[in-house]
Amino acid sequence: MKALSASRYLATEENKAKAGSQLSPFKVMVSKEVSDHVRSWRFILLLALVVLTFFASLYISMSNIRASFSNSGDPDHAFLYLKLLSATDGSMPPFHVLMSFLAPLLGITMGFDAINSEQNSGSLTRLLAQPIYRDNILLAKFYSAMLIISTLFISLTLLMIGGGLLFTGVRIEPSELLRILGFTLLTMVYVGFYLSLSILFSIAFRQAATSALTSLGIWLFFTVFYPILVNLVIRAFLPDPAYLSQSQLMGYNELIMDIMRIAPGQLYSDAATTMLMPSIRSLGPMSMEQLSGAIPSPLPFRESLVIVWPQLSGLLAGSIAFFALAYYIFMRREIRS
Amino acid sequence: MKPIIDLKNLCKSYGSHIAVDKLNLQIERGEIFGLLGPNGAGKTTSILMMLGLTEPDSGSAIVCGHDASRDPIEVKRKVGYMPDNLGFYPQLTGLENLLYIARLNAMPEKGIAEYARGMMELVGLGAASDKPASTYSRGMKQRLGLAEVLIKAPELIILDEPTLGIDPAGVKEFLELIKSLQREQGLTVLLSSHHLHHVQQVCDRVGIFVEGKLLATGDLPTLSSELFASTGIEILIQLTRLPKDADALKSNFSGWPEINSMNVNGDRLQFNTTGEITPKLIRRIIELGEDIRAVSQKQYGLDEIYEKYFENNTNITLDNESIKRKPLFGNRRK
Repeated sequence: MKALSASRYLATEENKAKAGSQLSPFKVMVSKEVSDHVRSWRFILLLALVVLTFFASLYISMSNIRASFSNSGDPDHAFLYLKLLSATDGSMPPFHVLMSFLAPLLGITMGFDAINSEQNSGSLTRLLAQPIYRDNILLAKFYSAMLIISTLFISLTLLMIGGGLLFTGVRIEPSELLRILGFTLLTMVYVGFYLSLSILFSIAFRQAATSALTSLGIWLFFTVFYPILVNLVIRAFLPDPAYLSQSQLMGYNELIMDIMRIAPGQLYSDAATTMLMPSIRSLGPMSMEQLSGAIPSPLPFRESLVIVWPQLSGLLAGSIAFFALAYYIFMRREIRS
Repeated sequence: MKPIIDLKNLCKSYGSHIAVDKLNLQIERGEIFGLLGPNGAGKTTSILMMLGLTEPDSGSAIVCGHDASRDPIEVKRKVGYMPDNLGFYPQLTGLENLLYIARLNAMPEKGIAEYARGMMELVGLGAASDKPASTYSRGMKQRLGLAEVLIKAPELIILDEPTLGIDPAGVKEFLELIKSLQREQGLTVLLSSHHLHHVQQVCDRVGIFVEGKLLATGDLPTLSSELFASTGIEILIQLTRLPKDADALKSNFSGWPEINSMNVNGDRLQFNTTGEITPKLIRRIIELGEDIRAVSQKQYGLDEIYEKYFENNTNITLDNESIKRKPLFGNRRK
């Protein structure tokens, strides 16, 4: 024992001399979190689900790419790679619609027990007794999940582009690449929104099951019940359209759309559709005056980006707000279990 | 030399419940200090405040020369803390758990694995280091916890209820390990426990902590002489057979000024004396023609000290419990 403790001292002295060459605690935490996620069964399961969805929708769009590419009635028909992501023969929803369901699930899975499982098992106290900042723990949880998600989506997209190149031999347009990357980024932000929401619940609730169910409940509410609810309420309050003037009707339409856009899923699908279909020029209703003289042609990437900017910033703001709230609660939290 | 832990008027309350009440405590470098108190006395709260993990309401905690609430990172760099309910990442092996903590303490990657393995050997977990932490028994977790505390080469180690839930043999071994480590490496150890005997075995000094207040500190002889100065020394002499004439024996000693009281119970003689007169007593009894089988002088251990403090505090404890029950009908928060 004495020999060991002597060697321990030597090692410590050596370590102290070498200090500065090692990873920062934040990076250590991130690498541990990433390896935890990657090895966990539920992540593997969800990964399989996302990859399966991706390849299934890709297969379907590949199989009728010829038809949609030569459909000259569609102003977007020349965007082969966008068609790969969004075209469908009706047997299965396109990838971005499926993602609006799956992405929240992915975010919730990665975050719902981020803090409370550590607190319940007692490892949080041990972790906090190390010389690290408390906020780094939260940040590491968020960052590592986002790292995995972005790796996943970027590699899926690149795989799709590569596969498309190989399969069709058609050159990819720069604007297509930008749109696809924009769509990927959008999906990542959408996952991040639910991730920060579920991390917030993992701090607020002591039980992992409670936080998972609450996050899932919110997701379900916004995807299923919220549109129904809005419909019901609108139908009760809206005056008979027959008695409304054109401009009043437009105003009401605008209002309904704005109410619908409280749901993050709506924001995502609005933005994703705009990104993947360059001919979409507005997300709201348009008057005849606006439409008259417009040639149904694709918009440049920048214009599409301008259209989805409110959606994108809304999602980002939501994620940041939830993360900030989580941060606020966690910093003032008693850590004893 | 400045004390390694210097607590001044530390207070913390949760709602109406006062967890720690004006705690003043100095612990010197190189000693093993035992914080002794019943459950819910505020030991863990005090320890968390020393590490800056809980904000004190008032007062200051200077640990290793740093203010724990202002500069917790520096404190945590120098202090190893083992919480009472140890949890490890079940999916990682013991060694991986240890390596994670070592890396968080900014140890360089080179040679870290061998070093951690050596540490596992040191705490006696060499054979189990590659097993998942979920398969560890309570005693093994405790050892892993100790390895984690030691791997950062701390100046001070704080062990919260380190003997909780280990079997007696394991406790003995564990405490000996702590003691030998302390001796070899000159560490300062603060351990909290509600188990008197464990504390008695290893601690240089103890502090008795009840209801958020530190009632007394000092080494065991000081504590017992403080407490039992008035009660005198108990001497018990066992004879080989019944005394020939008990009354004569009694009258023989009744004249001695040092003897407060004397009691003959069959073949046992009980003396309560104010001074150290045991040899004198023995000589006299032999002169009187009695044979002695055994002589014992009663030492006051922590049990008695502890009990004595609790006797005085039973009322407070009851009061406190009524506070804890009330919230059922009142507001939800503590």
